[in-house]
Amino acid sequence: MTNSKGESVAEAHGGHLAHHFDTAEQQFESGKLGMWIFLATEILLFGGLFCAYAVYRSSHPEIFLYAHRYLDKTLGAINTAVLICSSFTMAWAVRCAQLGRRKALVRLLAATIALAGCFLGIKYVEYEHKWKEGLLWGKRFHAKLEQPAAPVVASPVPTPSVNPEERSLIAPAAEGPKGLAKPGQRPLWETGTGGPPKNLQTFFAVYFTMTGLHGIHVIAGMVLLTLMLLRARRGEFGPAYFTPVDLAGLYWHLVDLVWIYLFPLLYLIR
Amino acid sequence: MAETTHAEARASDHPTVGHVVPFRVLATVWLALLALTVVTVEVAGVDIGNFNLGVAMAIATVKATLVLLYFMHMRYDRPMNAIVFVAALLFVALFVSIALLDTRAYKPDLIPGYAPGITR
Repeated sequence: MTNSKGESVAEAHGGHLAHHFDTAEQQFESGKLGMWIFLATEILLFGGLFCAYAVYRSSHPEIFLYAHRYLDKTLGAINTAVLICSSFTMAWAVRCAQLGRRKALVRLLAATIALAGCFLGIKYVEYEHKWKEGLLWGKRFHAKLEQPAAPVVASPVPTPSVNPEERSLIAPAAEGPKGLAKPGQRPLWETGTGGPPKNLQTFFAVYFTMTGLHGIHVIAGMVLLTLMLLRARRGEFGPAYFTPVDLAGLYWHLVDLVWIYLFPLLYLIR
Repeated sequence: MAETTHAEARASDHPTVGHVVPFRVLATVWLALLALTVVTVEVAGVDIGNFNLGVAMAIATVKATLVLLYFMHMRYDRPMNAIVFVAALLFVALFVSIALLDTRAYKPDLIPGYAPGITR
């Protein structure tokens, strides 16, 4: 790792080079690799939730199709744009740190934090609406859903079995396939005569868990960027040393990455 | 380190480590990301059956790749960082695809519109 410039580089860094690194380059690359390993664990953390989403959606697509209409597509799209803009200001801030433009760095970090606050504000509006409507997870779900205009003449009622305690949904053999769902028959909620599908709370459990964990990451990112802002104002960063800004930026872009997938998966179901 | 870094190191204000992404590249990526967001919203309004999910995921992946390559400097970085990150993505893909293997093996609703398995 010791190149011909190694010595002069270390001196130029004004004491930023820790003693266990040979060169500033080695220190910088090690820091970045460490950050990328952390980001990989973040991907695995969110990966578990994406897996839960995939399993729930593949076994009950009707719940996702029906319930996603309670999310405001416009607010979701605006929030996506807000996060993309914040990612841009962050990438620009890193550039300014690298070039030693201190004033621009402080301003761009402030803009990134402001956009993050804007994201959380819009998220709050969305959450509050769902809270008031009772569109929540598990037993807290108490939304008044649109009901069918006329009482459904339930043709596919479960055939009562001989023993009421043992409510088997499969019809007794004597009655043949009458009790079974006919293949190709459209579900009640799809025909327009039926009500909403059951267990809508499943969707909102997934929604609140995924956006909630993402929201916690936004808050963590805001704290991190505020620290960077304070350090940038003290003039700690410049061409010789900008690693903390760069790493905070990587974290912030990951928050954007997760949302890039969350937005179509939750808001744009078809 | 790459040639470019040494070239930049000679310039007065440029850092000795890392890569400075030109402003024009950052702005182009920003506009492309915004445009793709509009596209994904518009496409979601058109019914193309099962392709809707695929198209939405493809657009999201293009957006994510742009962020990774340019905003997160992956294009200019050492390959080790990308290897670590892509490995995590592969493990997530493995996780999701194995979890999804048998979902079609269950009858989703024995009675249309109902999910007795979860209700009780």
